[in-house]
Amino acid sequence: MTEANPIGLSIRNGSKIYPGTQALKNVDFDLRMGAVNVLVGENGAGKSTLMKIIAGVEQLNGGTIEIDGQQVVFADKTDAAKHGVGIVFQELNLFPNLTVAENIFVGHEKTRAGIHIDSQAQRSAAAALMKRLEQNIDPDTPLGNLRIGQQQIVEIAKALAENARILILDEPTSALSAAEVEVLFRVINDLRKQGVGIVYISHRLEELIRIGDYITVLRDGAITGSRSMQGVDIPWIVANMIGSASKEFPKTGDHELGQEVFRVDNVCLPSPAGGYAVDHMSLSVREGEIVGLYGLMGAGRSELLECIMAQHPNSSGQIFIGGKPVKEKSVSGRIRRGLALIPEDRKRDGLVQIMTIRENLTMSSLYDFTRGFHLSLKAEAAKAAEFVKRMAIKIASLEHPVSSLSGGNQQKVVIGKALMTKPKILLMDEPSRGIDIGAKAEIFRTMRRLAADGLGILFVTSDLEEVLALSDRVLVMANGRLTGQFPAGASAAEVISAATPNLNRVETQ
Amino acid sequence: MSSIDASGNAKTVIGGHKSRTSALLLLLHMRTFVALILVFTFFAIAAPNFLTTGNMLIISKHVALNAILAIGMTFVIIAGGIDLSVGSIVGLCAMVAGYLVLYGIDLGFVGVAYSVQFNTIEICLIVLVVGIFIGWINGMLITKLNVAPFIATLGILYVARGSALLFSEGRTFPNLSGNPEYGSDTFRVIGSGTFLGLPVSVWIMVVVALGAAYLATRTPLGRHIYAVGGNERGAALSGVNVDRTKLFVYMFSGLCAALVGLIISSQLQASHPATGETFELNAIAAAVLGGTSMSGGRGRIAGTIVGAFVIGILADGLIMMGVSSFWQTVIKGLVIIAAVVVDQVQQKLQARVVLQQNAN
Repeated sequence: MTEANPIGLSIRNGSKIYPGTQALKNVDFDLRMGAVNVLVGENGAGKSTLMKIIAGVEQLNGGTIEIDGQQVVFADKTDAAKHGVGIVFQELNLFPNLTVAENIFVGHEKTRAGIHIDSQAQRSAAAALMKRLEQNIDPDTPLGNLRIGQQQIVEIAKALAENARILILDEPTSALSAAEVEVLFRVINDLRKQGVGIVYISHRLEELIRIGDYITVLRDGAITGSRSMQGVDIPWIVANMIGSASKEFPKTGDHELGQEVFRVDNVCLPSPAGGYAVDHMSLSVREGEIVGLYGLMGAGRSELLECIMAQHPNSSGQIFIGGKPVKEKSVSGRIRRGLALIPEDRKRDGLVQIMTIRENLTMSSLYDFTRGFHLSLKAEAAKAAEFVKRMAIKIASLEHPVSSLSGGNQQKVVIGKALMTKPKILLMDEPSRGIDIGAKAEIFRTMRRLAADGLGILFVTSDLEEVLALSDRVLVMANGRLTGQFPAGASAAEVISAATPNLNRVETQ
Repeated sequence: MSSIDASGNAKTVIGGHKSRTSALLLLLHMRTFVALILVFTFFAIAAPNFLTTGNMLIISKHVALNAILAIGMTFVIIAGGIDLSVGSIVGLCAMVAGYLVLYGIDLGFVGVAYSVQFNTIEICLIVLVVGIFIGWINGMLITKLNVAPFIATLGILYVARGSALLFSEGRTFPNLSGNPEYGSDTFRVIGSGTFLGLPVSVWIMVVVALGAAYLATRTPLGRHIYAVGGNERGAALSGVNVDRTKLFVYMFSGLCAALVGLIISSQLQASHPATGETFELNAIAAAVLGGTSMSGGRGRIAGTIVGAFVIGILADGLIMMGVSSFWQTVIKGLVIIAAVVVDQVQQKLQARVVLQQNAN
């Protein structure tokens, strides 16, 4: 097999350091041509960093990259593209307002005399690419009219148009339907036969086993397993992903759980792609209970939290707090009833970056400091200072813009803002995303303490270890539905198989 | 007010750092005020009669009009929008005021041969309601129908101007001296009366400015305006009623425009349908000059007032020096661009200082 799949690109002793963390630790990686090299690991394990280095988006701090035995240094993405490396990011970088052909050649248009775009040549080249990918897509179609799966194919065509010999696919199936996945896999198979070296990143383990030829597992920036796919099974992958040495998680408290404080009944959200994004979800949370909601990307977890927080007017179903139905249609109304959300995307949804730390902390509770319409800045500042202390937020001044804080401290501001509204239920969407290990541990301790004080917590995570260690109860979602429910101490394999309901089907193939 | 405010604010940001950077930052922070002093000093020396009381009163009357509009505009821009319709609202409100003073409301259209006449207070209230109503239309177009603020208010700019022209079929309403019989003879006081030696219009500006500054800094609504402009989604998820906040700023802007329409028709004792053309641009200029960020979330009423004074003094001073009006326009444009360039420099520098402090 080695003879048939020569090493096209290799990294030796590669290290990458970001401020505060080492994302890659002396990594040795071989990329084989004419094969699918799958890359797997938990969030933050270093998959994206490794991929960005191969694609020239980021540069190594130490170590070397070789292509066909020649040492290379990629200055940027364009430079890597010249060496035949193409990348398809998870978020598509396409222009819905332009046609398929225009999208494929954007940035490196085919021109006559350098200025006049040769539409005819672009169109026929795009048509040839579509034929190569066995797609029946007219090059003149506006991209926005295509389905997501077809758009993904266009993105691949874009990389191939630059003569990519190495193609990196980052979670290419996360937004695709089952039928579209089949099409994509056929395309990948054809490319493999044509000698293209493919790097394939996914959280869906069953996909990896089905499509991969070689597998590399990353954990905390180091490679923990690397071999040919023959004989690899899910337990082997999970063992290498998680390892035996667990990160430090605070111990489960011994406090008694109280009564049911929160219940979601039959919540549905129609999906724009047809079907349901959230499909008849029901769940409940007790006082002092931490319920972990695990699932893969696109399982509908964030959408469920958004439905609870009145972000989707099209959603249906009922919500109860302390047994009483929540009828309020506005966010402020739901906050008043005792709901609070820590959004997944801190920057976009959680904070107003240009406002001060004080103003962000009190954003949801301004009326607590207001008499008539007069806002008492003194009372406000005192309360903000109290929460800075309580949440142990490291700041130089309350009056600095919140954007000047580190990710972990920003997250504490978001949590502080939510807690200031005295919630009964805290909804946390990926509360540990994008923050360093120390801050993570602190956030987890905070969650424990809040639960011990009687708060009900429903938190969403894609981190298996996190959900197993923190939750009093684990719920699993897949395809918008509740697919599993486990008590504390459930095994990783059980949770993973509930999160990938298609696993059995694939394994028997 | 502005100077104390500005320096006080700057000090808290800079803290104890006594470096050259922080001194420069302080200067940049107060740039509009520094510009005002420079412009003022320059004309005091270069233009004869500039420093006389009479001239000061004239300038302040001119500034008041632009400042009132600019205060409304400041809220709209902080909330992340823009209001191009204010000049036209000024025109329409001036016409409504003129019509009411001259004719009252003729009830002929309901079949009664009688016309209702109003006193000054009633006229003012009706005109203000008209202004607020047009602002409400702007707000509804933007929040409920999702029209981009630029387009919605551009449309209303034309609709309101056209309506102003329709009111009189393009003619001017002259001789708005009012009628003692109806109690409307006091109408002229708004534009030409004085109180404690200052023109009434300047008092109106002071009251609006103080009210707006209070609203901006000491009420939840004011905080919401900043939050909506800083991150609309984040504000919504924090429980801020985004639509209501936006609706308010456009209604407030309409109210400010109506005030200006009243003042102008009273000052001139006449209403002309072209009143207020391009006023929206001066209002935007004053807000931007005063440090309001066009991308929303940032700006202060005090800054806007100072900005309006810089523009006003520049315009009147140049006239007194006999500089051609063509050159005045060029200079005004350059000053606005310079203000924004300096603002960018300050932002960068300030971010760096804060980062340094956090590192320490």
